[in-house]
Amino acid sequence: MPIHDQGYRRYGGGKDARGQAWLVIARSGIKTMLARRLFLALLLVSWIRFFYECIRVYLTTNFGQFSVLATTAQTFREFLEFQELWVFFITIYVGAGLISNDRRANALQIYLSKPLTRFEYVAGKAATLAVFLLGVTWLPAMLLLVIQGLFAGSFAFIREHLFLLPAITVYAFLQVMLATFAMLALSSMSKSARFVGIMYAGLIFFTDAIFGMLKFLVKASGASLVSPTQNLAQLGDVIFRVPPRHETPAVASLTVIVFLLVVSIVILERKVRGVEVVA
Amino acid sequence: MVEPSPPPATAAPEPVVTLQGVSVAYGKAWAMREVTASFRPGAVGLLGPNGAGKSTMIKALLGFIKPNQGSMRVLGLDVTTAPLEIRSRIGYMPENDGHIPGMNAVSFVAYCGELAGLRPVDAMQRAHEVLYYVGLGEARYRNVETYSTGMKQRIKLAQALVHDPDLLFLDEPTNGMDPKGRDEMLALIRDLAHNKGVNLILCSHLLPDVEHCCDHVVVMDKGRIATQGPIEELKGPRGRVFEIRAKDGHDRLVAACRAAGFECHETDEDVMRVFVPEGLGAREVFALAAHEGLQLRHLRPSLPTLEDVFAKAVGDV
Repeated sequence: MPIHDQGYRRYGGGKDARGQAWLVIARSGIKTMLARRLFLALLLVSWIRFFYECIRVYLTTNFGQFSVLATTAQTFREFLEFQELWVFFITIYVGAGLISNDRRANALQIYLSKPLTRFEYVAGKAATLAVFLLGVTWLPAMLLLVIQGLFAGSFAFIREHLFLLPAITVYAFLQVMLATFAMLALSSMSKSARFVGIMYAGLIFFTDAIFGMLKFLVKASGASLVSPTQNLAQLGDVIFRVPPRHETPAVASLTVIVFLLVVSIVILERKVRGVEVVA
Repeated sequence: MVEPSPPPATAAPEPVVTLQGVSVAYGKAWAMREVTASFRPGAVGLLGPNGAGKSTMIKALLGFIKPNQGSMRVLGLDVTTAPLEIRSRIGYMPENDGHIPGMNAVSFVAYCGELAGLRPVDAMQRAHEVLYYVGLGEARYRNVETYSTGMKQRIKLAQALVHDPDLLFLDEPTNGMDPKGRDEMLALIRDLAHNKGVNLILCSHLLPDVEHCCDHVVVMDKGRIATQGPIEELKGPRGRVFEIRAKDGHDRLVAACRAAGFECHETDEDVMRVFVPEGLGAREVFALAAHEGLQLRHLRPSLPTLEDVFAKAVGDV
């Protein structure tokens, strides 16, 4: 016989204002990921380039013989381009199961029977992935900028390249938004996280392969438009004020990126529902 | 001389759910057709055969499905204009398995509480409480994916209860449970409705489940309301039902009973239930059999059951 009757009691406490549920989802998602050792290792490895750049900045700002390696705006462009590799891995590792696992476990009906909108649900899932992606792109790039100033003993470089602050921010957010929404859209289309991961990798590699073939065979100036990564690279060049690598107009690349984002959002709108109606 | 004041009128309690002319179609197939119903406070059973439109109704009330026409109100709030406020005050136990992957029971239930607006500390405390209440106290640190079917039913009830809803939607809560587990689940549901002041709508095709837990019933068939009201009232007056079995000529007896104006429901066995009109009794049944030259082998007075109500509303079961 229990000392205290563990019966059902009515709840007398308060409730948070609505609109916070996305934070609950994001917090839980982030916590779940950080509890995985493999993921922590992946995060650590994704910061190796940052540490390498820090050493380079230290050497170039303190030892004249390394001046040939001095930091330029191009350094940040190259850094973010290199980080795309980790964006790819983290997107697959974190993002593939974000919605597909919920679909497999019929969790959407549980989520959407609570006082949260579909928008909040997607926002929570997107935030989970975006936080990690920004953590390997925007955050180290900004830190690098600050460290450059600290090692140089002056912020002259930042003053001279003030455009780097918005450039890093805009490019990193563009990169992260595209990866996040593309992955969430794919994740909402299947109940298998593994399949989603393969689809995402296929999408990236296949479109890049098509781009390579078109460039080689047809030498078409607009060939880069077929590849999301090439469009992003083209925009990155423009944002960082370096010579664009393709002849494609930046506006066309931006249009493709925006189109992909819109398609992803439309897919999410159709797939994230409390009940799947097959008429 | 002071005139005695008239006794206070007992106003009918405000319904917790009302539907007015609601129709829902999946493509060309109508799942609900101009359904008008109201669910009183307390425990109300939503009965109907498979495909009657019960789950569709629940999903429409939750806002998962947009009706083609009609209006719905839950706890006095319009489903189309205040869906979030409604969902903060209701709990939903879905028919099929559902959980958040990768979580143990207590994390899952606490997470559901947080999603419903409870603060993390409160949500965790409530999660422990409701898990004990539904009988999962000892298994609360186990991953939900390792749970048996019965345990999964219980955890679905726990997640629906964690934020202390005013109204519970229970969609086939005893599905897949063994007899003991089923009895325990029904006892929980009955306790919630009768002792804890939680209104609930129990959606089921199992008549004994509804009869055990509910005072009122709404019977659906082919997307329409077949009948609704208090179970006792729908059952009609006692003592007018007989279970009878004839030696031969079962079909003839059925036809004769029906011709005489007696309502007749066949059961799974060769026994049939005959509803004798007011003022008549067993004597008339014997007379009828004798007139048809049939030998009655079994005649036993019975009580009207929910099964009779259901059979009358929907047709023979």
